[in-house]
Amino acid sequence: MTASTTTPSGDDAPLLAVDGLSVQFQTRRGTAHVLDEVGFTLARGQTLGLVGESGCGKSMTALAMMRLIPQPPGRIAAGSVRLHGRELLALPEAEMRRVRGNRLSMIFQEPMTSLNPVFTIGEQIAESVRLHLGLDRRAALAHAVDMLAAVGIPAPARRAHDYPHHFSGGMRQRAMIAMALACSPDALIADEPTTALDVTVQAQIFDLMAELRERTGTAILLITHDMGAVAEMADRVAVMYAGRIVEEGGVHDILERPLHPYTQGLVACAPGRRRTAPGETLREIPGTVPSLLRRAEACAFAERCEHARPLCRQRPPPGSQPASGRRVRCWLYPETTPADTASPA
Amino acid sequence: MSLFLLLAKRLAYALLLIAAVQAMNFTLIRAAPGDPAEVIAGEMGGADEAVMAQIRATYGLDQPVPLQYARYIVHSLTGDLGTSYLYSRPVVDLILERLGPTVLLVATALLLAMVIGTLLGVAASRRPDSAASGVITVLSLVGYAMPVFWTGILLVLLFGKVLPILPIAGMRDVRIYGDGWVVMLDVLHHLVLPALTLSLVYLAQYSRLARASMLEVLGTDYIRTARAKGLPESSVVYKHALRNALMPVVTVAGLQFGNLISGAVLVETVFSWPGLGTLALDAILGRDYPTVLGVLTCSAALVIVANLLTDLAYRWLDPRLRGRR
Amino acid sequence: MSAFPDSAPSPDTAAAEAARSPGREAWRVFRRNKAALLGLALLGLVALVMLLGPTLYPVDPFGLASQPFTEPFTNAAVPLGSDYLGRDILAGIAVGGRATVTVGLAAAAITVLIGVTVGALAGYFQGWADELLTRLTELFQVLPSLLFAMVLVTLFSPSLTVVTLAIGAVSWTTTARLARAEFMRLRRLEYVNAVRAMGAGPLRLMLREVLPNALPPLIVSATLIVGTAILFEAGLSFLGLSDPNVMSWGLMIGANRAYILDCWWAVTFPGLAIFVTVLGVSLVGDGLNDAFNPRLHQR
Repeated sequence: MTASTTTPSGDDAPLLAVDGLSVQFQTRRGTAHVLDEVGFTLARGQTLGLVGESGCGKSMTALAMMRLIPQPPGRIAAGSVRLHGRELLALPEAEMRRVRGNRLSMIFQEPMTSLNPVFTIGEQIAESVRLHLGLDRRAALAHAVDMLAAVGIPAPARRAHDYPHHFSGGMRQRAMIAMALACSPDALIADEPTTALDVTVQAQIFDLMAELRERTGTAILLITHDMGAVAEMADRVAVMYAGRIVEEGGVHDILERPLHPYTQGLVACAPGRRRTAPGETLREIPGTVPSLLRRAEACAFAERCEHARPLCRQRPPPGSQPASGRRVRCWLYPETTPADTASPA
Repeated sequence: MSLFLLLAKRLAYALLLIAAVQAMNFTLIRAAPGDPAEVIAGEMGGADEAVMAQIRATYGLDQPVPLQYARYIVHSLTGDLGTSYLYSRPVVDLILERLGPTVLLVATALLLAMVIGTLLGVAASRRPDSAASGVITVLSLVGYAMPVFWTGILLVLLFGKVLPILPIAGMRDVRIYGDGWVVMLDVLHHLVLPALTLSLVYLAQYSRLARASMLEVLGTDYIRTARAKGLPESSVVYKHALRNALMPVVTVAGLQFGNLISGAVLVETVFSWPGLGTLALDAILGRDYPTVLGVLTCSAALVIVANLLTDLAYRWLDPRLRGRR
Repeated sequence: MSAFPDSAPSPDTAAAEAARSPGREAWRVFRRNKAALLGLALLGLVALVMLLGPTLYPVDPFGLASQPFTEPFTNAAVPLGSDYLGRDILAGIAVGGRATVTVGLAAAAITVLIGVTVGALAGYFQGWADELLTRLTELFQVLPSLLFAMVLVTLFSPSLTVVTLAIGAVSWTTTARLARAEFMRLRRLEYVNAVRAMGAGPLRLMLREVLPNALPPLIVSATLIVGTAILFEAGLSFLGLSDPNVMSWGLMIGANRAYILDCWWAVTFPGLAIFVTVLGVSLVGDGLNDAFNPRLHQR
């Protein structure tokens, strides 16, 4: 699958382009192909939803983009991650550190454990401000207080001196967002930002992220298994299965006319999908994800797919482009298929 | 709980504990076979019955034991721990003379063990198959299995016969006199070997503990956050990880302070260090019970103070234990 | 090395044997651990010296065998040399392990007995019993154990029995804490409640239901306690506070303390013997730890 798109160049050129990203882990039982030629693009100010079951490689994709995969045992085997056309995977580590938390930020799933318990919230936000924007201690702290105000923490000047254990889960995630956005990054990777939170708090966090996106124009890669959140937040959606992107397209297309049988399963399993309550997780699709230990010589979904044909178990499907701005990796849609193919009934 | 209230409560409890320590040892000493008066008489080169009676009267030994204990407690509250049979001097004076050297020895050894042990542990945690990790594994086995007095003796042999660059006995060189810096340097020079000997056991333990603790902390979510911020690795390790990883080391160090004093008794004996340990040994061998009781009281107080300091260090390290600002 | 493991009739093999029925797996893990097998071999060697040493080398360790300060490997009459009085070092090594190891083992047994009893009562009954026993534990914890043992030994004449009892009396606090935590954890478990509901009394519950499950961590800590108790005995003997009529490795070092620079052999060989013994115990202890907690590598 190539990263090239048919969209015209200029301002619509992708801000962030991931292409052919492959990650391997050395395990006791052999090499696990955790990511296999993952590719997608993210335009300025856009939100891309990256969805899939847990363990499909969503978080690994995020960590690989940040170059935070523990190595060993992990290894980025191939691929490219370009931000503004600059290849991140080729940067020296010192250069990459200047990108992290500055041009490309990340927030994590577990706000309860993602903040260091021994430093104040203000210190932890100010730390990256001092590092990347070169502000002195006092100015950085003032900036941190502004950021806390921006993410809706009441009495921010006072709360900046609190330690993480004084904050509730929702407030900690707000603080994480403040930290991530403190240096006005071009793109924010949000890895299941609400999974660990109460349902009511989840909606607040998504509202906050939407509001901040409007105000700052930061592009967001939203990793989630919550189709309701995708419907609400995302412009485009990429669906992941067993370490690969199996389908990518506009949010409307994906939710209304899913092409890949796996996507169809995902969408069908999210009841009332356009207005799913946040937090409603995907119902299980029957069957289990295949082992990542052997690199798939077939379609990884074949064993669970009701449309599977003999070909599906023999060779991995190539990527095809059934419509403008849509891509799918399935033998049901050979490269030559006309653009207006409907989904199989 | 506010710091003041905590300190007040701890102080009150500490006084109770010390009184209990004194009661227990007082009872033990009185319950044991043998007459203290005979010891004193023995020091004086033998005495007849009349002199013995006089000795008993002088030291209050003719009174009932509970009364003796009550008097001892009241006196110790006023800073009077009795008179040494052996040296015929106030026990408090003897202890104050020897307290400084022991605290110096124990504190230096503890500091050495914690700092070097932690640094080794950190180095090993960052590269599990590195030389530092091998050093820790061997050190923790050898450090535990070597009797501390034997380690000291081997060092005495090494620096006494092969490499005579460090003094192997005492705390001062009688040929060196002067003041201020000269004395301090001389004491430090004498301190090197005893402190090194005593620290070796704990250095081995703390490095192993620090390695395990660092490995755990380096895998936490907040370390990933720190990396995602773009912090340099040194800042991730020494600022974000180390402070969290230190907590178990501090806990264990506090719990083991009593053992450290026990070790100091042996080390002081090997290096003729004029501390509480050598005083205790002389007092015990000479059946000098007031001094023995005084040293026990003093060392219990040292352990209690060390535990309190540990708690304070822990509160400083971990804001979760402090109140809300 | 294959001949060693089975030739060691030491208590640690016994501990491993005891674990075999509930923990055949543990023994399997232990057997694959090279360091633990080395430890077992060292203990085998020590056991051999203890059992056969005086028979194979029947020389009075207190007797004056040669000129004082005879260097080792120079005189066939005293192969490892003689000390400042002319006593045979090899004779001391051959017989000195008996006192050190016996006292170490017995003291460790007493330590575990007191510690587990106190900890079990505190952890099982909780309430005022726990409060009382915890305070008692604290009282013993603030007294530096060696110092306290020195006093106890001196008060009640320094015989091996008194030394053993004294070491046990000052060392039990750590075990008590561990046992207390284990009993507190286990007493809350479902199966204990079930047996209690069937009308079992507290003694039966503690001994038959809770104790067996609290054993693995206690066994592992017991090996550490044996090592520490051996070092403890050596320390007391070194200070001259153990039985002066029984030769031990610590006593040999202590006696020659004033002559370190004149006869290095008299202090080096007995120390080496203590070192080897404790190293063996601690290697075996690490092996047991790994065998019982395969997932916990550290500690």
